[in-house]
Amino acid sequence: MKDTLQQNLPVIEARALGLTFQTGDGPVDALKDVNLTVEKGDFVSFIGPSGCGKTTLLRAIAALEHPTSGTLTVNGMTPDEARRKRAYGYVFQAAGLYPWRTIAGNIKLPLEIMGFARDEQEARVKNVLQLVDLEGFGKKYPWQLSGGMQQRASIARALAFDADILLMDEPFGALDEIVRDRLNEETLKLWARTNKTIVFVTHSIPEAVYLSTKIVVMSPRPGRITDVIDSPLPRERPLEIRDSRAFIEIAHRVREGLRAGHSYED
Amino acid sequence: MNRLLPILTVVAAIVVLWYGAAVWLNGPWVQDQAARAGVTVSGMDFVGQTMTQDRPVLPAPHQVIKGLYDGVAGQAITSKKSLIYHGWITLSGTLLGFVIGTGLGILLAVGIVHNKAMDLSVMPWAIASQMIPIIAIAPMLAVVMNSLGASGIVTKAIISAYLSFFPVVVGMVKGLRSPDAMQLDLLRTYSAGEATTLGKLRLPSSMPYLFASLKVGIAASLVGAIVGELNQPAGLGARLLSGSYYGQTVQIWAALFAAATMAALLVVGIGRIETVTLRRMGMAR
Repeated sequence: MKDTLQQNLPVIEARALGLTFQTGDGPVDALKDVNLTVEKGDFVSFIGPSGCGKTTLLRAIAALEHPTSGTLTVNGMTPDEARRKRAYGYVFQAAGLYPWRTIAGNIKLPLEIMGFARDEQEARVKNVLQLVDLEGFGKKYPWQLSGGMQQRASIARALAFDADILLMDEPFGALDEIVRDRLNEETLKLWARTNKTIVFVTHSIPEAVYLSTKIVVMSPRPGRITDVIDSPLPRERPLEIRDSRAFIEIAHRVREGLRAGHSYED
Repeated sequence: MNRLLPILTVVAAIVVLWYGAAVWLNGPWVQDQAARAGVTVSGMDFVGQTMTQDRPVLPAPHQVIKGLYDGVAGQAITSKKSLIYHGWITLSGTLLGFVIGTGLGILLAVGIVHNKAMDLSVMPWAIASQMIPIIAIAPMLAVVMNSLGASGIVTKAIISAYLSFFPVVVGMVKGLRSPDAMQLDLLRTYSAGEATTLGKLRLPSSMPYLFASLKVGIAASLVGAIVGELNQPAGLGARLLSGSYYGQTVQIWAALFAAATMAALLVVGIGRIETVTLRRMGMAR
């Protein structure tokens, strides 16, 4: 009974959300009147130019920033409560692995902090290394891995404690396009296998269209949502889908949304 | 070889200058003696006599080396004339003070990083403490510690700690604050507390800063121990002072070189530990 109830609740829900930073030059509206619903199993991308509040919105969901108006719930709780209940794993722009820990040691970091038993830690490390295709790399140190592999290890770290939601803040922004394509494919496979709800921040239109079931187009000054596009693409997507008519049409609509928000003016 | 040549050149230049200075500074005494005896000395005789005096103004390098050799190898190590004996007394005070100072420095830095009030209040006092000439408070500290019945090594160690905690505080505050916002945010997403953040992130990140501070700190500790020994019966500091009381300049210089060698070995030793530790932690430069 309780399970079915939770199934029907939106995973993330924002209503009239606002977030104002007090700066030396006066208040800045990082987010204004944001309304958003993310359902279980969605792959949602926030796209927009810098300053549109996409990262701020993601950080608010993670309770790293606190909204100044409106309501925001994660799994039906406040973001702070949700974090305490390990609702999400967060992947940052840089892998941020500890150089003094092995890859396995880095993945164990959240497990140690959350108090998992030792053999449970080992089992989980093995499991997530397999998920991100890094079997056999557990004993290596971060400097022995390429940038793409390091970012995969950081995704494994975010998956290790089995949160239902994966929040990703431009995780592949610092990587070259070839590696990025490959990781985009792998991210989709990971999403299909784990059935997680993923919220993904990007400033790449092809990346957003390729990955998402729902694309949230945002604009700056004040940071707001200008368009929400439900993708008609199937959940299974080979890389070639990017040459299809449907893909190009969605990309076009994203571009229009960005233009409507005056995102190209500077 | 490429690195050795410049070093040897500088050493050779210093030795030449030193011999020159020895002739110049010890010369008046030779002439004085000769005038009293009613003879004249000149040429190599004069130069030779400037380098063989018992109490020269400036002993020549070979006299200092002989003094060092006699002090290190020419005595039983329990002898009061042995530099090993005095060196060990100084070293034990240095190390005890260094451990106390480092511990205190790390504790203060942890407090400063985690507590706003400590951040605002401790640093100015720490800086002020280093403005007081150590030579001025050492005798007062000795009087107080004597009346409390503390042993000599404790008095010395306190002076050493007083000098060595400061670089550790400064370095560790910077080191504990070195993790960037993203790394701190990552731990917040795990709902990690301050203690966890300190143990898992801040302390390991601060290691390069700690070692830089320890190198300064150990040298400062040695200075503190030597100053602390100026009113004690044994140690390199005592050896320096007794040498100056009795005009034993060779003894002073030998003790000075022993202290300098010890400082160099201590700093190199910490450098070795630093290299190994940072390499193991994947933080080597």
